[in-house]
Order: sequence, then C-alpha cells, then structure tokens
Amino acid sequence: MRTDDPSIRWIEEPSLGLSGRMFLPLFVQGLTTTARHLFSPKVTVSFPEERPKVDNPLIYRGVHRLNRDAEGRVKCVACFLCATACPAHCIDIVGTESPWPDREKYPASFTIDELRCIYCGMCEEACPVDAIELTSLLDLTGRSREEMIFDKEKLLSVYDQTKDTEPMPSARLGGTL
Amino acid sequence: MLELFAIPLVKIVVLIGALMTVTAYLVLLERKMAAWVQDRRGPDRVGVPLTKIRLFGLGQPLADGLKFLFKEEFTPRHVEPLLYTLAPVVTLASALAIYAVIPMGDTLPLKIGASGANLSMVVAPGCDVGLLYIFALSSIAVYGVILGGWASNDKYSFLGGLRTSAQMVAYELPLGLGILGVVLVSGSLDLGKIIHQQADSGLWFAFTQPLGLVVFVVAAFAEAARLPFDLPECEQELVGGYHTEYSGMRLITFLIAEFMHMVTVSFLIVILFFGGWHFWGLTGSGPVESWGQGILRIGVLMAKVFGVILFFMMVRWSWPRFRFDQLMSLAWKVMLPQGLLNLALMAVLCEPFIAERIGSRHWGVFLLISWAVALLAWLVTALVQPSGPENSPQRVEPSI
Repeated sequence: MRTDDPSIRWIEEPSLGLSGRMFLPLFVQGLTTTARHLFSPKVTVSFPEERPKVDNPLIYRGVHRLNRDAEGRVKCVACFLCATACPAHCIDIVGTESPWPDREKYPASFTIDELRCIYCGMCEEACPVDAIELTSLLDLTGRSREEMIFDKEKLLSVYDQTKDTEPMPSARLGGTL
Repeated sequence: MLELFAIPLVKIVVLIGALMTVTAYLVLLERKMAAWVQDRRGPDRVGVPLTKIRLFGLGQPLADGLKFLFKEEFTPRHVEPLLYTLAPVVTLASALAIYAVIPMGDTLPLKIGASGANLSMVVAPGCDVGLLYIFALSSIAVYGVILGGWASNDKYSFLGGLRTSAQMVAYELPLGLGILGVVLVSGSLDLGKIIHQQADSGLWFAFTQPLGLVVFVVAAFAEAARLPFDLPECEQELVGGYHTEYSGMRLITFLIAEFMHMVTVSFLIVILFFGGWHFWGLTGSGPVESWGQGILRIGVLMAKVFGVILFFMMVRWSWPRFRFDQLMSLAWKVMLPQGLLNLALMAVLCEPFIAERIGSRHWGVFLLISWAVALLAWLVTALVQPSGPENSPQRVEPSI
C-alpha cells in the first residue's frame, strides 16, 4: 500500500503522559489484571464429573433420534428428503410399503453413520414430518466403527431416552410441545 | 576427612535431589498459575499412578518426566553431533553448580568434625568469591545455549542462539552493576556475609539501594530469559528458539536448566536485596544459637524466594514482550546509565570523607538521598525517553 494514498486516514498515536512514560500505569494495570483473574471464578468444565451446560437443548445439534408418533410408531415416511439434504451422505434409508393406512411408505431400515455425520442439522431442517431430530446428547463414544452406525432401533431408543427432557417442537405435526 | 568429603557430598546429594524435585513442582505451579490467570483450572487429573486418586494434579510432574524419558531422542543428521550433545550438559551442569555457593539458610547447630563449627547450609561455606563464581558459571550457561542454537544448524535455533548471546551480553552489564552497589556497601562477595550484614543493620539493601534493585531485577528477568524478555525462545517467532531441534531427555535438560536460572536469580534477589534469611523480630541477627532459630531462618529464606518466584510467574502474564530493539535500548540506554549512577551514588555515600560531611553515616540520611536520586533518575529517564529506532509508518503528504 502506498503511504501517500489520499484515502488513508492517518491516526496520531496518543502521546503518553509523564506517568505513562514512567511505566507506572502499565505496571499497575498489568499486575492488577492478572491478580484479579488469578482469583476469579474459573470457566473450565471438569467434563466427566461435571456436565457442560447446554443453553437450549431444543436447538442443540447432538446425536440424532427418530421420533415416534402418538401410537409409538416411527414417524418417518421414508421420503428421502433428509438423505438428499445430507451434505455428508451419512443417512441410508430403505423404504417399503407402509402397513398402516395413514401413509404410503415407511422405512424398513434407517441407518445413520454417526462418524460421518457433521452435525449440521440439515436433515432436521429437511424433514417434512419432524421425524428426525438432533438431541442435546453430546458425548457420543464407541469402541468400533460398526458400533457407531446407528440403525432404526437405536435411533428410536435415543428418542425414548430423550423424549421427556426434549419434547418434539411442533404440535401441528403431532409434537408434544 | 569427614569434613572434607563426607559432609559436602551429603549436602550435594540432598541439594540436587531437592532442587530437581522442587523444579518439577515449580513447573506444575507455573502451569497452574498460567491456568488461573487465564481463568482455567490447570492440570488437575494426574495423581497417584494406577489409582483414581487425583491429589489436585500433584502427579503431573512425574507424568511429564516419564513422557520426556520415553520420547525418542532424535538427532537430526544436519547437526554438529559433539556440540549438539554437549550443549544441554553444559547448561544444566553450570545451572546446578551455581548452587554450591548459594546459602539455603544460615547454619544449623549440628557439630560435626574437629572444628566444632555449626553445620553451614551452603555446600561450599565461606567461599569468598561467591558472587564472582556465580557470574562465571552463569556466563558458561549462556555458552550452552549458544552452542545448542549454533550446533543445531537450522535457522530458528541459530536466531535463538544469536538473540541469546546479544541479550546476555547486554544485560550482564546492568546485572553486574546492580550487584556492585551491594558489594561496595557490604564489602564482601560472600553471600553469607552479605546476608549477615543486612541482618546486623536490619536495613535490607532493597531499601537503601532502590535504583540498584530495579536495575538488578530487570536484568535478572532478562538473564533468566523470562517474559517480557524471552526473545531467545519466543514461540510465536522462533518455534522454540535454541532448543527447536532437541527432543526427549536433552530437551528436558535444557528446560530444567532454564527453570533453574529463574530459581537462582530469585535466590540472588532475595539474598542480595531482601535480607536473605533475616526478618525483623523473628530470626535474630547473630550466629545461630538453637535448632528452632536455624530452621526458622531456612523457612524465612525459602518463603521469600517462593514469593519472588510467584512474582516471576505473575509477571509472565502481566506484560507484553519487548521488541528486540526495545530490549536493547532498554539495556544500553536506560539500565546501564542507571546502574552506573547507582554505583557512583553508593561509592559517594560510603566514602568516609564525604559521609562525614553530609551525614550519610546515619541511615535516615542514606535512605533519603538514595531514594531521592532513584526517583530523580527515573523521572529524567521518563522525560528524555531514550527509545529504539522509530519504525512505525510515517505520514506522507499526498503528492498530487
């Protein structure tokens, strides 16, 4: 950049007073700041003993769940919108004809590779029936890759586990909130 | 025979063992302090090995040591092998050898051997050139660092080594000038005698030589390469500085030596300027008479040193690092003249002919003059403001 460019707005460095030149404010401010922080409350969360506080579990993007409707059936209609929306291609659905009269299809199998997932929440956005949701479960661990591929039963069990603490958002679509 | 070999040997073993342990735990304390200042908790997980007992992370030094022990000791092909191996040894050996003349207290009333004297808390008691010895060895420690940087044969290490040599040359002068004032007044280079001098008068040199204290402390920070003067190894610019190419035990040797410099310098600050083991109305001033007194003196000295070390650790997070030219101008344009002034002042105030006439034999007058001169010197420095080259972008009038 040219220093004689007329569009540059030059700011004069504020001149130090006598005390500033004697390093006094610097000395005092530096030490008082560190001393204050030395005794101030700590922000670290001691994780396994202490759970991190999730501000709003309804919008947190953790482990997925497959919601059940009022009769306990899976809500999913196997429309493949979530699998289409997924940028990581981690959702695999096999849809078949539904045994129930209120819908045409339902998922025979519904698997999510939790290791591939980037937890962007696009599936939740795409779902027309609020069947797939991201919960606030944040410590997802496993001992093998196979274990981390969640099938329909596992995803429904996540719903059973979290339905009381995180109700389904939309009442219009059969939600409980 | 016993006095000549056995006692010093026991002292050396105890001292080195204690120093290594204390250094390890001071590293933990440093990490804890760093964490607390940054609103974190610091290492608190490692406790007793193989159990779930955590003990506030007190097992961390052991884990750190083990980690370094089991790390691969990698020697890059492009280094100068002999010097590369020698460098950490030189640094650690000189850092440890300094402690031969540093008193860890006064004496203990434990009569051993034929002389019937008290057991001294120094490995080499009565060393008349103690301060000279310390200076000689700390200069050798600098060689270790420079060797390490140069023998590593890469740019970052080399720059770290160069910066170290420049910085040490610059700050050895104010460090020496700060000490010279003390030596002039106390009339001895023996650290034990310097402490006794302060204990007898009850007036620590920090009070009588404020200018010397400031010069010495600033130079000590620079000598120990602690922030805000840690240019030789600032991570943001030089990766690791002179020890970039080191790993495993060689690296930890460097790190321990460096940490020990800080402890040494803390001892020196306390002994030279803050009365060593002396505290008014608590430790007495004469020779040690009882066990309680002897142990109390050790305790007071250690407490003071610990306080100075805490100050070192606080300073690390309090102020930003100097630029290299600022560092140099601080050494040559501020610290050197002030050190010289302090030396001249002490010489004038202690000269019998002058002292007789201006009354500086009386401690009140002495204090008044030295503090007035110190404040005046500081004020003049602030007004003159000798600084490095002005290299910030300057305003240019538009040419069109």
